[in-house]
Amino acid sequence: MLDKLIAGPPSRRQYIAYGLMVGILLVLPLFLSDFRLALVGKYLAFAVAAVGLDLLWGYAGVLSLGHAVFFSLGAYSMAMHMKLQSEALPDFMVWSGLEQLPWFWEPFRHFAFALPMAVVIPAVFAIIIGYPTFRSGIRGVYFSILTQAMALAMSILFIGQQPYTGGTNGMTNFQSLAGISLYRSGMRLGLYLATVITLVGVVALALWLVKTRTGTVLMAIRDGENRLRFLGYNPVRYKLVTFALSAGIAGFAGALFVPQVGIISPSSMSILPSVEMAIWVAVGGRGTIVGAAAGAVVVNWAKTVFSESLPEAWLYVFGGLFIGVVLLFPRGLAGIADQVRGLLRKTRTVQQRNGDANARSASPPAPDPTVAADAARHPAPLAPRVVEPGVAAAVREP
Amino acid sequence: MSLTTTAMQIFNSLSISSVLLMVALGLSITFGIMRVINFAHGEFVMIGAYVTFLTDRLLYDALGGGSWFLVALLAAFAVTAAIGYLTERSLIRFLYGRPFESILATWGLSLILQQLARNIFGASNVEVRTPGWLQGGLALADGIQLPANRLFIIAVAVLCVWGTYLFLNRTGAGRSMRAVMQNRSMAGALGINTAAVDARTFALGSGLAGIAGCVVSLLGSVGPATGQNWIIDSFMVVVLGGVGSIAGAVAGAVLIGAASPLFEFITTSSMGKVIIFALIVVFLQFRPAGFLVQRTRALEGQH
Repeated sequence: MLDKLIAGPPSRRQYIAYGLMVGILLVLPLFLSDFRLALVGKYLAFAVAAVGLDLLWGYAGVLSLGHAVFFSLGAYSMAMHMKLQSEALPDFMVWSGLEQLPWFWEPFRHFAFALPMAVVIPAVFAIIIGYPTFRSGIRGVYFSILTQAMALAMSILFIGQQPYTGGTNGMTNFQSLAGISLYRSGMRLGLYLATVITLVGVVALALWLVKTRTGTVLMAIRDGENRLRFLGYNPVRYKLVTFALSAGIAGFAGALFVPQVGIISPSSMSILPSVEMAIWVAVGGRGTIVGAAAGAVVVNWAKTVFSESLPEAWLYVFGGLFIGVVLLFPRGLAGIADQVRGLLRKTRTVQQRNGDANARSASPPAPDPTVAADAARHPAPLAPRVVEPGVAAAVREP
Repeated sequence: MSLTTTAMQIFNSLSISSVLLMVALGLSITFGIMRVINFAHGEFVMIGAYVTFLTDRLLYDALGGGSWFLVALLAAFAVTAAIGYLTERSLIRFLYGRPFESILATWGLSLILQQLARNIFGASNVEVRTPGWLQGGLALADGIQLPANRLFIIAVAVLCVWGTYLFLNRTGAGRSMRAVMQNRSMAGALGINTAAVDARTFALGSGLAGIAGCVVSLLGSVGPATGQNWIIDSFMVVVLGGVGSIAGAVAGAVLIGAASPLFEFITTSSMGKVIIFALIVVFLQFRPAGFLVQRTRALEGQH
């Protein structure tokens, strides 16, 4: 029944299940130490970002491999605020010989400025990157490769601007947030609860959004962008708004991440963390929202367990996970139950095999004439291409 | 910059372009044919570099006069091509037409290969000795001396491009590849064994990366992250040049190889990368599919 819990539009039973999950998250602080609680808080912050990425990738079919940049921009906004809480001139600026606070740091003193900026800066940055790329018709993997190059360029930029960003080491050694000491009793709990509330809010927002007309258009972009264009829609606008929304969510997740983890550095905005985010979504199941959030928690929890017990083996496990999920469970956690049921059915009758949800075949079926609502569907197969007569004739050998 | 340093700068960037070109060529062909993004391609560069290192350790004394390096060049091609073939048969062929998934799966493969290299050869970098005939240089004029190793890299790249061009245009196997690249189902209908072509293509692309890895070992030490240094720039070359186009790859590689040191010289090395990225985005405004693109009437042909 796992698939019923996390795939498709929620039913009453699912709402009960969601309520149970939230309930578990709310009582967890009673059983965990502060250290473990911060760890779970970190997973949940990642889950928030994963939901944003799932909106973009699972629904609009746009895979950003630079999402860690947006996450980190939000985290840096909050880190700047926390730095200014305890230090008039942050330590790394002193070390780099800066004598005065740069002007753009000044407003981050105020929590009421820093928090919205954690959403606004990534969203605006996403529009700056997204508008020219979407407008010129860059799609699919080209977009992914470009965003990946963006992640590399941004991390190098942040490393290079030592006096303003803290360079390779980033920012750490935070004392307080919005005037409240991070070490005060109850502060950890407060941050954790804020993360839980954010996650619930973002999941609700996403579940609502994909049920609206806009959500249908997003899925149509994923399944047949050209057809949608011919129907008179402008996919650029939809993709741009989704990209910005997704980046803003990632930025807010970063702002929740940094006070609980206590450090942010350019290594969190480079390529590897960006690809990791896509993996969370893939493990949970693309286009399932709650599945993506679950994927983020499961993968990061596994990462903690493995890097504590078998640090050497972690990269093998992680790499194997990438491959295994893609080859064996293309629909992620959310699809496993479906796949198992499909296999069982196959053994029972041959006729029913057509309805089998096992999506392992290398050549996906022809696209549905209607916009498919099946969230976990493969990307549309390659469009038939017209061969140049010259080359076809040039091929003589059978 | 004086004239001498300018000349040297241009020459050095040409050798960097050459490596980029060899890496990008394989990427471009495999993506063109199979619509598979191979993020483990950089690790094939790394494997080629480690094969060179092993040849150095095993044959340096046995073969005098530095001829071991030529053996290494061939071995790097053969080993990476073989590993590429196995990879295609065991993993890549399940990913056809699924570019997003192929990114994730090959990224996982690249993590595994890097960790393997770390476990086998250690986390620290290793040095490959430069053979005697690649030390020194060619003196052009007073103060201008072209380092022999970089000259050699450029020569190898030219040979690779020329060889690939001849292979794709003059041999039956190469023509089948181009036919599959342009229209897979039509090529299959005409009797081409497309699965065999896929495997062969992937092996060829990997082998080219292996050769790149071999010559990269002349420029610096070899480590588990060697491939990572090249992969993103190579992808930019493919994006700039247009998929499946040799001439486009050459143009893209020369441009990126030349632009990187230029902008890093004018500004700082970190700003240089950002400027190049911004320029690529601007460029794609005018040519969304790269410099040179095979013209098709297919609407979504350039995915």
